[in-house]
Amino acid sequence: MTTPLLSVRDLVVEFPSRRGTLRALDGVSFDIAPGEVLGMVGESGAGKSITGAAIIGLIEPPGRIAGGEVWLDGTRIDTLAPEAMRRVRGKRIGMVFQDPLTSLNPLYTIARQLTETIRTHLDLSEKDARLRAVALLDRVGIPAAARRIDDYPHHFSGGMRQRVVIALALAAEPELVIADEPTTALDVSVQAQIIDLLKEICAERGAAVMLITHDMGVIAETADRVAVLYAGRMAELGPVRDVILHAHHPYTRGLMGSIPTLDHAADRLVQIPGAMPRLDAIPQGCAFNPRCTQAIARCRVERPALRPVAPNHAAACWLADDAEPAHG
Amino acid sequence: MAEPFLTVSGLTRRFDVSKPWLNRVLEREDRQFLTAAADVSFAIEKGETFALVGESGSGKSTIAKMIVGLLTPSAGRIAIEGQAIDPNDPATMRVLRRRMQMIFQDPFASLNPRWRVGDIIAEPIRTLGLMSGSDIAPEVARLLGLVGLSAKDADKFPHEFSGGQRQRIAIARALSSRPDFIVCDEPTSALDVSVQAQILNLMRDLQDEFGLTYLLISHDLSVVRHMSKRIGVLYLGRLVEVADAKRLFHEPQHPYTRMLLDAVPDLALSGRRRKQVSGEIPNPISPPAGCAFHPRCPQVMPACKTGVPVLHATATGMAACILAGPPFAQTP
Repeated sequence: MTTPLLSVRDLVVEFPSRRGTLRALDGVSFDIAPGEVLGMVGESGAGKSITGAAIIGLIEPPGRIAGGEVWLDGTRIDTLAPEAMRRVRGKRIGMVFQDPLTSLNPLYTIARQLTETIRTHLDLSEKDARLRAVALLDRVGIPAAARRIDDYPHHFSGGMRQRVVIALALAAEPELVIADEPTTALDVSVQAQIIDLLKEICAERGAAVMLITHDMGVIAETADRVAVLYAGRMAELGPVRDVILHAHHPYTRGLMGSIPTLDHAADRLVQIPGAMPRLDAIPQGCAFNPRCTQAIARCRVERPALRPVAPNHAAACWLADDAEPAHG
Repeated sequence: MAEPFLTVSGLTRRFDVSKPWLNRVLEREDRQFLTAAADVSFAIEKGETFALVGESGSGKSTIAKMIVGLLTPSAGRIAIEGQAIDPNDPATMRVLRRRMQMIFQDPFASLNPRWRVGDIIAEPIRTLGLMSGSDIAPEVARLLGLVGLSAKDADKFPHEFSGGQRQRIAIARALSSRPDFIVCDEPTSALDVSVQAQILNLMRDLQDEFGLTYLLISHDLSVVRHMSKRIGVLYLGRLVEVADAKRLFHEPQHPYTRMLLDAVPDLALSGRRRKQVSGEIPNPISPPAGCAFHPRCPQVMPACKTGVPVLHATATGMAACILAGPPFAQTP
């Protein structure tokens, strides 16, 4: 296997609170290969966004990385000084957030924001930076880019704004793009456009993508591999097809069954009883055990580690083993 | 056929979005109006779930608010079992209010954080004077049981509950006046999928038990497909297609419906190739002339740019498109 571009090892993120320390992320490990699209899926509070924020060093204090390592192409980045980390962010790791309005400065023109980013990371003259910015906007599908570059963010529609944000994330040719719910604030018909664009443009530039979303449909269409998070822990990790069609973790199976589909109308949806535990009340053993219909005694006392169940496919469940189910 | 439960005809709502008078004079601008709903007509049978789908700005919520009387229509008529809803007639509104309730999208905003859950649920009972004091507590306990919560929860405050549980409280409140019609405005879009499944299943069980009629408002086609019997598709305030749920998904008649279906991600990994969807919803203050969808339509014809198509019968239901049947009622 090629050396991973990003390697996250046993990452632990903690938030001190009045009632003790809350563990938002507990021993999460995964790799992203160069050019790969890794989907990160989970319900609210599962730790998806925290994982992204931890990688780029943007955990809000008093939260902190309490353990583990993050490596980017052979360099350890979780221990970098803030100044050095800032050069990694934007240059080597680009970011696309959920709400394009909050990631663009409403007081600056698009031109200023783009050229500023380009010139911070690349050694270009003002004029060349502007040319590059226009080319980028053109690439992300902004009509009449040379004219519209002098507009302010509020002149653009939601979908167009998210295109600008993608241009901004890719301005310095990063090796990795972290996209945190990039389409959640958009209408369905625009969502598909943005996902296609993100996928296409990253493939074209050889950038790897970590796609954080709660929408399994988006993952199914975009990602090569998918990581399923539950209560700050990795429940399952594997190729998208295997995880969707042959999930080994009962949580993943429940999650898939609870999504209504267009193709066949079931009378009732599969429902997982209960809700995800709060961070201050994560049960002993497997975090999913109180909601799991197949839980055995061992699940209530001992926490299962992520272990291989099939080629490139791992699940953290005592009942998952490599013998079943068969792979198609 | 018996009379439909709810009949909506020619429903229109315009909002005045003009600048202040002085600006209009100085900048020589006219008044501006936003037509949130234009000439919307549909009917819902008793006990069925009718869904309205559309993207943001399509007028879904405006229509819902007019039906429950939170907004006054600019034109058109809404009637429940033949009795017209008129927000200016307090006596009939009082009777109708008991019969229809609403569930809102955000259970964090729709429950008063300073009230106990028991008071929240009992409010419709008290306001409408449906029961006397000592009967209320057991009734609240019964309602909490119906939605899968426990009677003890009546003493708690909303912040002690998760999003899914709060939506259950909102449903219990909606049921407390024993309505026969509930308008559900994006009831699950603020919830996680596993919790969404719980709420959708609960809504179905309650419908079976009490014979409820639902108007479901949603932007999520999969939810709509799962829940409803008939579907109306809205685009920029106009109904573009109304059809039986199954047939709408198999044989969409309007190009916009087809586009919406193509935009749904393929979870089954069947390899269904999605068509690229182009453009975004235009500004509703100055919608395109003719068919509002024509700038995005892959099958646009010259006639679409001038005449507004009206709903007419098709093989599967009704659609407002020149391609799906006879041409426009009004030509320029």
